[in-house]
Amino acid sequence: MSSSNKDFGAKRLTVGAHYGLMDWLAQRVTAVIMAVYTLVLLVMFFTSAEFSYDTWAGVFTASWGGFPIMKLLTFLTLLSLFYHAWIGIRDIWMDYVKPTAIRLTLHVLTILWLLGCSAYAALILWRL
Amino acid sequence: MSDFTPSSQRKVRPQFTNLNVLQIARYSLPLPGKVSIFHRLSGAGMFLLLPWILYLFEQSVTTEVTFEVFKAIVSSVCVKIILLGLIWAYLHHFCAGIRFLLLDLHIGIDKASARQSAAAVFAVSVPLAVLCGLKLFGVF
Repeated sequence: MSSSNKDFGAKRLTVGAHYGLMDWLAQRVTAVIMAVYTLVLLVMFFTSAEFSYDTWAGVFTASWGGFPIMKLLTFLTLLSLFYHAWIGIRDIWMDYVKPTAIRLTLHVLTILWLLGCSAYAALILWRL
Repeated sequence: MSDFTPSSQRKVRPQFTNLNVLQIARYSLPLPGKVSIFHRLSGAGMFLLLPWILYLFEQSVTTEVTFEVFKAIVSSVCVKIILLGLIWAYLHHFCAGIRFLLLDLHIGIDKASARQSAAAVFAVSVPLAVLCGLKLFGVF
């Protein structure tokens, strides 16, 4: 063991693992995914002839050679949204809520809220 | 620039450390600060209404019967007001988000252009929200 190994022990490196950078980057990448999806959806919406059930549901059931591409893209975008929201809401709790017990409770509730939303989104798209 | 003027020549500014609620009401944020806090508020609002938005989406796409249920829900004035709030939140979050992405790329980070881009966020998102509101309430 060389003295430069800082992964454990009292002198381990507790910063610089880039957790913050990863979250920061993830929030921006998911933002770009959502922005692109939004624009695609707007184009599909405004180029369809009329707003009826068939044209609206057709946007999400659109397939590419039998592969349900829009279902997949919609689900990936929604997962991006939930991850983006997790980082954003966690930042809000970290900024305003100082007592650790309350903060951790809010973190857990936020995760449950977003996991619930993910399951609900999967259910909706699955049935289409 | 002002950092280099001697302290005796600087004008006395009010100092705010640990703002309380009453001080927030009197504290006037610069325009980029308003973009930022509305970005946070709109994000929090959309987060809280996520299940309801998913419920509306579910009604709108599942079957033709639920599509009619969706149309009935959305025809209520109360729901329209909430939807308009959500539309504004999305538009603001979208425009402010693009501004933040550009700032992350070090585009427009000097004070003057940061203020201009903050004004641009409101200049785009508010009229679009008004337009959506007029459409939503059947003006055109």
